[in-house]
Amino acid sequence: MMEPNGGSSSVGAADGASHHAAGRKRHSKRPKYQFLECLDDGIGVTESNLGFTLFKNWLRSVGVKDTYLKSYSKETEWYEENSRFTQQELPACKPILTPGWVISTFIFVGIIFVPIGLASLFASERVVEIVHRYDTDCVPASHRDNMLAYIQSTETNKTCTRTFFVSPVPCSTDVSKQMKSPVYIYYQLDNFYQNHRRYVKSRSDKQLQSRASENDTSNCDPEDVTANNSAIVPCGLIAWSLFNDTYGFSVNNTKLGVSKKNIAWKSDQEHKFGPDVYPKNFQRGGLIGGAKLNSTIPLNQQVDLIVWMRTAALPTFRKLYGKIEADLEANTELTVVIENNYNTYSFKGKKKLVLSTTSWIGGKNDFLGIAYITVGGLSLFLAISFILIYIIKPRPLGDPSFLSWNRNPAGHFN
Amino acid sequence: MASDRPLLISSPETPRAVEDLPTIPIYTDLAKSGSENPKLASAMDSNNPLGNSANTEPTLNSYFQRSNSSIKSRASRGNSVREVSFDNSGTKPPRHGSRGAESDGFSMSQRELSDEDARLIYINDPGKSNERYEFAGNTIRTGKYSILTFLPRNLFEQFHRLAYIYFLVIAILNQLPQLAVFGRTASILPLAFVLLVTAIKDAYEDWRRHRSDRVENNRTALVLGDEGFHEKEWKNICVGEIIKISANDTLPCDIVLLSTSDPTGVAYVQTINLDGESNLKTRYARQETISRMSQNERMSGLIKSEKPNRNIYGFQANMEIDGKRLSLGPSNIVLRGCEIKNTAWAIGVAVYCGRETKAMLNSSGAPSKRSRLESHMNTETIYLSGFLVSLCTIVSVLAAVWLRRHRHELDYLPFYRRKSYVDEGDPKNYKYYGWGWEIVFTFLMSVIVFQIMIPISLYISMELVRIGQAYFMIQDNKLYDEASHSRFQCRALNINEDLGQVKYVFSDKTGTLTENKMEFQCASIWGVDYSGGTTCIPGDGFSAQVDGQVWRPKMKVKVDPELERLSKIGKQTEEGKHIHDFFLALAACNTIVPMVVETPDPDVRLIDYQGESPDEQALVYAAAAYGFMLLERTSGHIVIDIHGERQRFDVLGLHEFDSDRKRMSVILGCPDNTVKVFIKGADTSMFSVIDKFSNMNIIRATEGHLHNFSSLGLRTLVVGMRDLNSSEFDQWKLAFENASTTLIGRAALLRKIASHIENNLTVLGASGIEDKLQQGVPEAIESLRMAGIKVWLLTGDKQETAISIGYSSKLLTGNMTQIIINNKSKESCKKSLEDAIVTSNKLMTQSGVAQNTEGTSGTAGTPVALIIDGTSLVYILDGELEEQLFQLARGCSVVLCCRVAPLQKAGIVALIKKRTEDMTLAIGDGANDVSMIQMADVGIGISGQEGRQAVMASDFAMGQFRFLVPLLLVHGHWNYQRMGYMILYNFYRNAVLVFVLFW
Repeated sequence: MMEPNGGSSSVGAADGASHHAAGRKRHSKRPKYQFLECLDDGIGVTESNLGFTLFKNWLRSVGVKDTYLKSYSKETEWYEENSRFTQQELPACKPILTPGWVISTFIFVGIIFVPIGLASLFASERVVEIVHRYDTDCVPASHRDNMLAYIQSTETNKTCTRTFFVSPVPCSTDVSKQMKSPVYIYYQLDNFYQNHRRYVKSRSDKQLQSRASENDTSNCDPEDVTANNSAIVPCGLIAWSLFNDTYGFSVNNTKLGVSKKNIAWKSDQEHKFGPDVYPKNFQRGGLIGGAKLNSTIPLNQQVDLIVWMRTAALPTFRKLYGKIEADLEANTELTVVIENNYNTYSFKGKKKLVLSTTSWIGGKNDFLGIAYITVGGLSLFLAISFILIYIIKPRPLGDPSFLSWNRNPAGHFN
Repeated sequence: MASDRPLLISSPETPRAVEDLPTIPIYTDLAKSGSENPKLASAMDSNNPLGNSANTEPTLNSYFQRSNSSIKSRASRGNSVREVSFDNSGTKPPRHGSRGAESDGFSMSQRELSDEDARLIYINDPGKSNERYEFAGNTIRTGKYSILTFLPRNLFEQFHRLAYIYFLVIAILNQLPQLAVFGRTASILPLAFVLLVTAIKDAYEDWRRHRSDRVENNRTALVLGDEGFHEKEWKNICVGEIIKISANDTLPCDIVLLSTSDPTGVAYVQTINLDGESNLKTRYARQETISRMSQNERMSGLIKSEKPNRNIYGFQANMEIDGKRLSLGPSNIVLRGCEIKNTAWAIGVAVYCGRETKAMLNSSGAPSKRSRLESHMNTETIYLSGFLVSLCTIVSVLAAVWLRRHRHELDYLPFYRRKSYVDEGDPKNYKYYGWGWEIVFTFLMSVIVFQIMIPISLYISMELVRIGQAYFMIQDNKLYDEASHSRFQCRALNINEDLGQVKYVFSDKTGTLTENKMEFQCASIWGVDYSGGTTCIPGDGFSAQVDGQVWRPKMKVKVDPELERLSKIGKQTEEGKHIHDFFLALAACNTIVPMVVETPDPDVRLIDYQGESPDEQALVYAAAAYGFMLLERTSGHIVIDIHGERQRFDVLGLHEFDSDRKRMSVILGCPDNTVKVFIKGADTSMFSVIDKFSNMNIIRATEGHLHNFSSLGLRTLVVGMRDLNSSEFDQWKLAFENASTTLIGRAALLRKIASHIENNLTVLGASGIEDKLQQGVPEAIESLRMAGIKVWLLTGDKQETAISIGYSSKLLTGNMTQIIINNKSKESCKKSLEDAIVTSNKLMTQSGVAQNTEGTSGTAGTPVALIIDGTSLVYILDGELEEQLFQLARGCSVVLCCRVAPLQKAGIVALIKKRTEDMTLAIGDGANDVSMIQMADVGIGISGQEGRQAVMASDFAMGQFRFLVPLLLVHGHWNYQRMGYMILYNFYRNAVLVFVLFW
């Protein structure tokens, strides 16, 4: 004859074989966590038990009352336990994709997205952008066949003057529209893998942050220490390869000031680059990578370095050089004096100077607007096609005859 | 039929199926042997070479070899077989109370144990027994670790999981300075955390195990020493020592019984700790040892036993005592963990101790099955690994090309800078190991970077999700059985989602569809049908006064007031006499043991009838309700309280139930010095042995009633009796004693004697026992069918019962065409199968046409029901006909298999499982369903009446059949869907992460 609590005696029976009577008694005295029981029944998966504990804690954390968890121990009250959670009766809703819902969703998406796309495209159109490649042009014709030697030589004159003649004729380097202040100056490098693993890792954030960690150069290979083991500050390949072309602007022989204010991230200046860290032993090695730093200015004031140290994710990238805090009128002549120092010739990289205004979407960016318009247009198209299908060939919702096993009656016997 | 019950409960396959529990069932072999049963058995009885002729007093015993012991007889054919007759109580009347079904499983035939294979145990000489220190002591250690071994062993076990090894490899790769993609310590932390938490948990559990081991090892038992029995701690018990166990004590080790408080050497044993069956089992001491123990002399002898094994239903040994060799079988051994009941004391010699005991060898978990979704995921994972390798190859090849192309610039490239110019002189390479190595490192680095492509963490996520699902299933009130207070049990955690893919349900009948609460419903006595208004007796029903106490049956039975009135009249009238005899037969002709249970009220005791067969229980309870209360049963007599008058009947002989005769009989010496034979059995077997020339009217009436009963779905039994005159009795006794001492073909001889005496019977009447359908079964079957799940019924019952249950459970419906296959030979099977296929095809094409015109209905127009019996299945499952059966069966909407043996059930499940991709589910409650439950993809055990083997072998256990509907259609569906979504989402997420990196 079964005992009244026959169901729960199973554990005793199961474990009895191994634990015998003592074990059995122990089991029967133990509070009955059905859940643990189930696991004890010989499954003993380690994650499972762990998982259960985690699960229980999670239940607690999401607000399941502890009484629900405790109440398993009271065997007799078990079935009175009737929480909506355990019975999986918590309110839930799941969209049923009726034609009405689908069509109106698509129409809604289309109506929202197309105007956004148009607006951003328009904004992007209003941004005035001048891109001027100068890496080859700034090498004198006599040195064109050996540009590497030209750029590596300390003897050659690297100054190069470029003029954007203002003309009403649209021309890539001409300012045909007014450029409103502020005009942002960028340099754009090409084929420069700032994202290379060796490069990205070759820096010491601790050293940049505080003077105390000056000797923390373990990751900075090969620009970590000088020959006499004195730490290089800032160490590493990134700082070593700091961009060192400079630009000077003038309109109608009037010099335009280039503001370097706020071109670096505020957080970088305040937190990541220390005010007490001064450049030391920088660019003294056998190989000069790029710009030298004024060793009397602390790193948090060296904004060009700070900008450079934020490595780019892709091999073609722009970095902010400065701002011109004046409007550039249309049809004026802009003269740029470039100090062409940076060596991109060894790896066939391009250098470009970019002048750009901004709008509410940032710089010139047609892609965003096109993407919005494409998605919105596609949605509208789908909505219209669904409407047409719905009108031409309507079909009742939830027709079971379209279910796979009803479509193929023979399949029933497979 | 009621008479089938003992066979179903513990037919010989049952134990083996259980013993195979931790492993994969060796089903094919078993199936074959099972099917060869009848032939084999007869061969055995006649072919067994002469066994031990040194047996001095081989006399009768009541648990001779029964016909259908399959495996051992098979094995024994090839080897030199020694059937040793069992002997005890030479001059005493045959012992009563041995359980037929149980002894059935315990074949006495055994192989000669060769000395190398044997374990030599010198009785009462533990030192000599264990001279070579090869036997384990009785200390048990369930703890896995010691302080020293904990760390290596625990780590070793934890790293059995593929996921951990993968994480470890990734973490090790991360430790190489060339590769350190992520921070070195950061890459170890997650793995270390999981390992640590698991280790702490394991350590805690192990500590608890150690603690319980300590308690267990320090328990005491009585051990025979120089000055009689003294207490000894369990852990110090050695093989060979003689141990005395008192009633209700737990066995400290496996012992061979030498003597018990019962003069015939019977000990009743409860094995609930071993197999979960709560009924009592009988174990015997050998007669020689009983006499030795009672003479109080020092025992000495030698037991040659087999090596320790995990078969709790098998034991082979020889005992040499006084130069005689006795054979010992499973009925002579009591296993550790059992409890002695109803026996004041028992003495035995320890043969297996500690970890060598069968209980300890059997302590292992449920078999693990792997979910189909998971195996599918594994193949996907292999594809993904291939994909990962190709991604990494692409990366490293491109890196190689780039390095090659820029090899002249590498020294100076601002973002590469191969050379370090810091030192004077020749600049050195920095972090550069040559072109080839760079490629290798690039490959390994990309493995680390893209590692998430292989969703190893998904395995852990899946386990967490399954825990959540198990939690929800366990907590679901719709799966809670209030009647038995049993909850849903998840015994296997890893096949939750398979529940949602089940296409075939194989169901047992008794205890699964039906309640297996046998209820005596109606009786036909002497041609009169007393099945009128059955009402509950007001009050407490019948009770007996014993020693000033009120004894009362534990279960109340509805009684027919008319019959009750008549039964009280007594033997005065002719009618009363027949009723008296009928109920006397019900109360006496069985193997039920009454157990007295105390109640809170000191004056009231409840009698709990313990027995193997629920039918017999129902009959005895019914007899008790009508005032024929069985109070006591010992080996020699029974005491029945007949309407307040205690009467003692001597049990002179007992012919047990066997599947050939399909009846059992008991020879009673009544108080009035007459000798009567009471017989009960299946109607077919009974009507062949009744006295046809008397009372034709009564026979006809009884037959009519039987037909009525069975058409109501009742299980019927016919009861008969016969008076024996003294010459007949003497003749029988002589023959019986002779037969019992025979060594060759004893079983057949005894059967012959039984059929000799079971003859010329007077029919007393028939009983109808209701096997009630469980609540909600028809609705559940209907729902399952609507869900496109095919329900097959596999039952050991006879065809008519199966069909009637089929109708009442809505498995069969009126519009179904029934194809019935009952064949006795392979050829006819083949023919009828072919015919059936043609018929069903015809019906199906018709239905197909009908369906096309109707358009909507999902099920076939004319469903076909296949009804097939076990004998046909023997031929079909044997060989090439399987394929045809499969063709036929999968077209049928319902398949009913009747008279199937447990292993045939597994065979049918395998038939479907092998040939289709469809998921199979087997549900059953009894030991006979174990093989099928283990064979099916999903096994469900009903925690019902028939012990717990089915639950122990199952993946899920629940209280009622109707819970299948919420389980499969709600939880299964959710589990499958949610798991599927989770896996797909994981793959998607990983792909997104990797492809972003790859770009």
